Amino acid sequence: MKTKKKPLKIVVAGEGGQGVQAIAEILAEAAYEEGRQALYIPNFGVEQRGGVSIAFLQIGDQPIGAPKFETADIVVALNARAVLRTRQYAGRQTILVYDNLAEVKGEDLPRQAARILSIPALETAKRELHPRVFNVLILGAVIGATGVVTLDNTKKALEKRLGYKFEHDPKLRELNHRALERGVELLGQVIQGGKEQSGELRAHN
Amino acid sequence: MTGLSESTSANRPAARAGSSATIPVPGEKRVFMTGNEVVAWAAIAARADIMYGYPITPQNEVMHYWTRLAPKFGKEFLQTEDELAAGFTTIGGVLAGKKAFTATAGPGNILMQEPASMAEMMRLPVVVVIMQRGGPSTATVIYSQQEVILTTFGGNGEGFRIVYSTSGLQELYDYTIKAFNTAWRYRFPVFVLADGYQAKMREPLTIYDPLARGMELVPPEQYVGRPGMPGVDRPPGHYRNTYNTEEELYEILQGHVQEYERVAPEIMEHESLETEDADLLIIAHGVVGRAAKQAVEQLREEGLKVGCFRPVTLRPLSAGALRDAVSRAKRILVVESAYGQLGKLVRDALCGLVVEMFSLYKPGVGVTPEEVVIRSKELIA
Amino acid sequence: METKPHKFCPGCGHGIALRALGQAIDELGIQDRTVFGCDIGCSLLAWDFFNVDTVQTHHGRTTPVMTGIKRANPDLICIAYMGDGGGYAIGSQHLVNAAGRNEKITVILANNTQYAMTGGQMAPTTLPGQKTETTPYGRDVEWTGLPAQGPEMVAAIAPEGAYVARGTVSKVRQLQKMYVRALLNQIEGRGFSFVETLATCPTNWRTNAEKTWAFLEKQMPEYFRVGELKVPVTTEETLKSADSRRRPEVLRKASRRGEEE
Repeated sequence: MKTKKKPLKIVVAGEGGQGVQAIAEILAEAAYEEGRQALYIPNFGVEQRGGVSIAFLQIGDQPIGAPKFETADIVVALNARAVLRTRQYAGRQTILVYDNLAEVKGEDLPRQAARILSIPALETAKRELHPRVFNVLILGAVIGATGVVTLDNTKKALEKRLGYKFEHDPKLRELNHRALERGVELLGQVIQGGKEQSGELRAHN
Repeated sequence: MTGLSESTSANRPAARAGSSATIPVPGEKRVFMTGNEVVAWAAIAARADIMYGYPITPQNEVMHYWTRLAPKFGKEFLQTEDELAAGFTTIGGVLAGKKAFTATAGPGNILMQEPASMAEMMRLPVVVVIMQRGGPSTATVIYSQQEVILTTFGGNGEGFRIVYSTSGLQELYDYTIKAFNTAWRYRFPVFVLADGYQAKMREPLTIYDPLARGMELVPPEQYVGRPGMPGVDRPPGHYRNTYNTEEELYEILQGHVQEYERVAPEIMEHESLETEDADLLIIAHGVVGRAAKQAVEQLREEGLKVGCFRPVTLRPLSAGALRDAVSRAKRILVVESAYGQLGKLVRDALCGLVVEMFSLYKPGVGVTPEEVVIRSKELIA
Repeated sequence: METKPHKFCPGCGHGIALRALGQAIDELGIQDRTVFGCDIGCSLLAWDFFNVDTVQTHHGRTTPVMTGIKRANPDLICIAYMGDGGGYAIGSQHLVNAAGRNEKITVILANNTQYAMTGGQMAPTTLPGQKTETTPYGRDVEWTGLPAQGPEMVAAIAPEGAYVARGTVSKVRQLQKMYVRALLNQIEGRGFSFVETLATCPTNWRTNAEKTWAFLEKQMPEYFRVGELKVPVTTEETLKSADSRRRPEVLRKASRRGEEE
C-alpha cells in the first residue's frame, strides 16, 4: 500500500464523543515512539461541537509534508454521517472501513474506493467487552489493516495516555488491551472471510 | 510532556520569587507536541518573563500551556479584557524591562494592530505570536494565510516590524526563541506568524536550551523605573508616540527608516530549493511551503525543472534573493492560502523585472502538494 | 519635585489637577518609583511635565499599559491619567476590567464634560442640554443618555480594597488628599484606586472666568457628587488613627526602595 517514501495517510471520522481524535493521537504517538515521522491534525472547526469529528494522520519515514491531504490510504468512518463526510478523501487506492451498525445507504459509499469493509466493531465491543472501548477496538482494526505500528508500541502509547487511569483500575488496562487485540483480529477475519461489500469493490493494482 | 496538570494555585509564591534558576529545557529533547505547546516551551526557553493574553481560537493552548509552565519557572501571566489590552499590557511589560509577549489570531490580530502601531512608533521590543485563522471577520477558527498583509503592514504606518513565517513546529520553536532576540537586539516589534494548522498539529521536533547550544540570549532593559531619582541622578524617561509638528514626526520616522533599512539585511531569511536551473519557480511561505517543497521533489523526480523559494521573513522580505531566483526562471507560481497577499508582497519586490506570474490562491483553505503539482504541470506544459 | 511650565489653555483644569498630583507624589516620597501614564487628548500635554518616568498612550489604553508595567514590576507606582472620553467611552473596557481585577494601579480621570482636544464634541459626561459641537442644540438625553457616573460604576464593580472618589479642581486641598489616599492604597497593595476629577475647559465651554467657575461648582456637581465613594477600612483606619502618628512610617515604607539603594 505504501512506498518507502510516501507516508501512509489515514482519516478517522466519527461523531463527537466517539473518541476519534484519541484513535489518531494514540496511533501518532505510537509511530513517534517507533522513531518514525508522524503528523497528526484534528479538524477543529465549530463543527466539532455536535458534528462529525475528523482526524488526519500521516505516518512515514521522511519528514511529513503538508498537514492535510486530498486522498487517504485508509478511511475509518464510525457512523453513517462520517461515511458521507469523508467520501471526498477516498480515492481509487483507498480502503474504507466502517462499522456495520452504521446505517449507511449504498449510494453514500464512495464507489471509487479500492475496498470497502464493514466490521462489527460496536457489536463486538458491546457483546464481548464494553461499549466504551469501541474506539480502542477500531484502533486495533487500523493496526490490523495497515501494520503501520506494532501492537507493543500502541500499548505503550495507550499507557502514556491512559496510564493514570490504569493505575487506579488495572482491569481497565486489561480491557483496553483485549479491545486492541480483538480489533486486530476483527479486520483480519473480515478480510480473510471475504465479508467485503460485494458490488462495491473495484480491484486495483 | 507530562506533569502539566499540577495545580497552579500553590505556585503563586514561586512566581513572586522572580526568575528561577531552573534550566527550562534540559539540554536537547526530542518531543512530539502541538504548535501551541511548542510556543509556550520556546518562550520559556527564551527566558520570557511574562505573557499577557486573551482567548481566541486557534491560539488558546499557548496560554493553557504557558499558565501551567510559567509558575514552575517563576514567570507570570495576565488574562486581559481583550486583545487591545493584551497588546498594551505587553507594551507595559516591555517598558518595565521584561521579556513580554502575547499571542492572538484573526479578529484579535486586528485589535492587536493598535498596540503594534504604538510599539512601532516607540520601537518597543514586543513579541506577538499569530496563529492565522480564516477571514475576513470571524470566518473560521481553523486555518488560513490571510493575515499576511495585516501582520506585515497592519498599522497606520510603514510596517517597521519583523515578521517570521514558520513552516512547521521545529521552526516555530526556533523562531519563537529568535523573536525575543531580534526584538531586543533591534528594538522593533516582532511577529511570529504561524497558522491554525501549526497551532493544532502534532509532529516531532527537538526542543533545547538555547544557552546550552551556545546561543546568545539578548537581555532586556528597563525603560521605566531605572534606579535613581529622575531629574537628579538620571534624566526621567519620557516616552511618547504623539508629536506636535510634521517636521518633528518626519525626523523621528527618518531615524526609523534608516535604522530599519540598515538592519534589514541582517534579519532577512529565506529558503530556496532547486532554484538554480528552475524554469518554473514556486513561491510560497509558511506551512504552504511544505506543499510546495513536496511538489518540487515530485516534479524533479519526473524530470521537470521546478524550484521553490520560501521567504521566512515576510517583513523585511528578502527581495534581493527573490529577484535573483526569479530572474533565472521563465515563470513564477505564487501559492498561498489567501487571495494574493503573498502575491502582493512578491509583486512589490519584483517591480521592474519581466516574468510571467501565475497563482494558486486558496483563501482560507489548505493547499496540498497534489494541487501544486497539477498547477505546475499546467504551466510547464 | 520640579515641573515644567504647563502647555494647557488658560483656565484649564489639568494644570490644577496635575499640581495636586505632583504634591501628592512628593508628600509620599515616591518620585523615584512612580511611572506616570498619560493618554491622548489634552492629558497628553503632560507627557514631559513631571520629573518622573512618563509614558504616553491613547484611547484609555494608558490603563492596560500601566497594568502591564505594574504586573511586570510590582515595586513601581503606576498612575494612569486620562480624560473622560478615554476612560468612559473608547477605553471603558479597560477601566471596567482593571477595576474588576482590582489592579494595583491608580487611575485619575479628568472630567470636563466633553472631548476637549478634538474640538469640543459630546462625551459620556456631557450634561443634559449642554451644547457641544456634536450636540449643537444641547444634549438630548432621550437620544444620547444621561451623563456617565464613572466613580459610581467603579465603586459598584471594584472588589474590597479599592479606593474610589470624585474630587474637583475647585477644592484643591480635598483633591490632593484624595490623590494621596489613592496612591497610598496602591503603595500598600490593597487594590485599585480611582479618582475622577471635575475639571474646567473654558476654551470649549466658551465661558469667561466667572461662568467657568459657576459651571464647575454649581452645574457639574448636580450630576457628579463630589466625595469618597469607596474607602478600604484599613486605609480609613491608617489615616484616621495616624495622619500624624503613623504617617512617617507610611512614608518610610513608601520610599523603602530609595533607602535600600
